[in-house]
Amino acid sequence: MSNKPIDMDIAHVAKLARLALTDDEAAQFAAQFAHLFTYIRQLQELDVDTIPATAQVIPLRNVMRDDIVTPSLERDAALGNAPDWEGPYFRTPRILE
Amino acid sequence: MTRVLGAAQAVAYEPVIGLEVHVELATESKMFCGCRNRFGAEPNTLVCPVCLGLPGSLPVVNRRAVELVCKTGLALGCSIAHVSKFDRKNYFYPDMPKNYQISQYDMPLATGGAVTLPSGKRIRLTRIHLEEDTGKNIHGGGAMAAASATLVDYNRAGVPLMEIVSQPDLTSPDEAGEYLAALKAVLSYLGVSDVKMHEGSLRCDANVSLRPVGTQDVGTKIEIKNMNSFRSVVRALQYEIQRQTDVLRAGERVVQETRTWDEERGLTYATRSKEQAHDYRYFPDPDLVPLHLDDEIVAAWRAELPELPLAKRDRFLAAYGLSRYEADLLTGERTTAEFFEAVVAHCGEPKAAANWLLGDVRRALDKHGLTLDATRMRPEHLATLICQVRDGVVSGRAAKEVCEILVRDGRHPAEVVAERNLAQVSDRVAIEALVGEVIAANPESVAAYRTGKAKAFEFLVGQAMKASRGRANVELVRTALRARLG
Ligand SMILES: [Zn+2]
Repeated sequence: MSNKPIDMDIAHVAKLARLALTDDEAAQFAAQFAHLFTYIRQLQELDVDTIPATAQVIPLRNVMRDDIVTPSLERDAALGNAPDWEGPYFRTPRILE
Repeated sequence: MTRVLGAAQAVAYEPVIGLEVHVELATESKMFCGCRNRFGAEPNTLVCPVCLGLPGSLPVVNRRAVELVCKTGLALGCSIAHVSKFDRKNYFYPDMPKNYQISQYDMPLATGGAVTLPSGKRIRLTRIHLEEDTGKNIHGGGAMAAASATLVDYNRAGVPLMEIVSQPDLTSPDEAGEYLAALKAVLSYLGVSDVKMHEGSLRCDANVSLRPVGTQDVGTKIEIKNMNSFRSVVRALQYEIQRQTDVLRAGERVVQETRTWDEERGLTYATRSKEQAHDYRYFPDPDLVPLHLDDEIVAAWRAELPELPLAKRDRFLAAYGLSRYEADLLTGERTTAEFFEAVVAHCGEPKAAANWLLGDVRRALDKHGLTLDATRMRPEHLATLICQVRDGVVSGRAAKEVCEILVRDGRHPAEVVAERNLAQVSDRVAIEALVGEVIAANPESVAAYRTGKAKAFEFLVGQAMKASRGRANVELVRTALRARLG
């Protein structure tokens, strides 16, 4: 396992997350991510072959509900939480189809 | 250049087609919240903090949706996962208020399996997974376009959605159509969805590439979207195969892209992509714990599966002496198959039952814009009518009239026959009188018959039937006419 810093495309990640970063911020985040990766790299040095993979640390499974209808919100209350609406609809800046 | 073109033209190509089918599940409530799952409600009246992604709300899995996906998987011969989980698919588009869609990435509920076509060919499946449907964006139009806004209805956001992914085993547009019909039949038998393509409860994307015939080459894959009927899937694939053939024969390369089917113009065009290289950054949804499905629950679901379309077709062929064509049509929809069997149980006339259902009943349903589900006609009504024809109570012609009334009004045939005075006339005296009138009224035809014109006889029979409004027993009319004309 090499100790060379992981090359991360901050600009790409920022674009995916719709974040407009200044150059200074990008440099700052790059440094912080590099630190995180160093930490994660320690885990890669451990033998985890005998440990089952998990996506959850909560010791629960099969949390389900029965297929029963419960009341929805009043439309005005639903729309009222949004920054913008028009008639019965939520309204957003125009998007490409 | 000409030489290259000539060489390229000599190559014959074959299509390689795979389909992704999205099916909205027929649950009462949504996938992760208790909002009603219903098409056509007033915009944004079926929404709550969970399906609007409001802070602090938590999703909880709908047990029934998991069951429906697993039953579909079992019906199609898939393996059901012992452990499965949900992941977040991240993207920015206002059709999901959370900026992600809950889906399944690497641990789908079902893998493998196949859809069997009527020919017996098996189209293998890659996987079946469960996710949530998105809301509906309303673009353009009137003041809204001028205001450069998009309007959103989240009633559909969070509706349970099953995605069925096939392997690229389909080799023609018609085969793709057969695949969809076979899949739709299974889904409707299972009752997992109402499978209405025009309402969007069944949606299909296709990917298609071409390769030189006989090779295992992998061509550039084109994805086609926006096909709203089985017919448009077939048409879009036909168009796209021709387009790619033309590109290749011109010595050019097919460019990898997503294309949209334009139903009106009958062509596909490259879709302006929102984000070319999709990077959905899937990760396990921390709000949802894994599903563990033990053998016991899977066995219980398997035991609840109904007889499936192909099994039913084969049984109909063996048990009722139907033609392959009749058996295919009768078992295409579960309601038709069950109606047929109920009719046969009442009258024991499978051949006649098939003829009526696929002929006059279907025509009457179409004429009145009805389906077998929606009509009030009971199987015992049709069975009674079939018996009446068999026993000579009504003529075949009068029965057609009765049939339409049964389909339209759901009344008992005996009542309709009595009220409309449609009972077959087999009374000898009445038939004699009828024949006498026809002979008196048609002297030219009588003369023509006597000079050996056989057609004139049929004309006289026709006149007698017409005069009796189709009620006369046609065999008795023939006998009486022959006797009188000597
Ligand atoms: Zn909801």
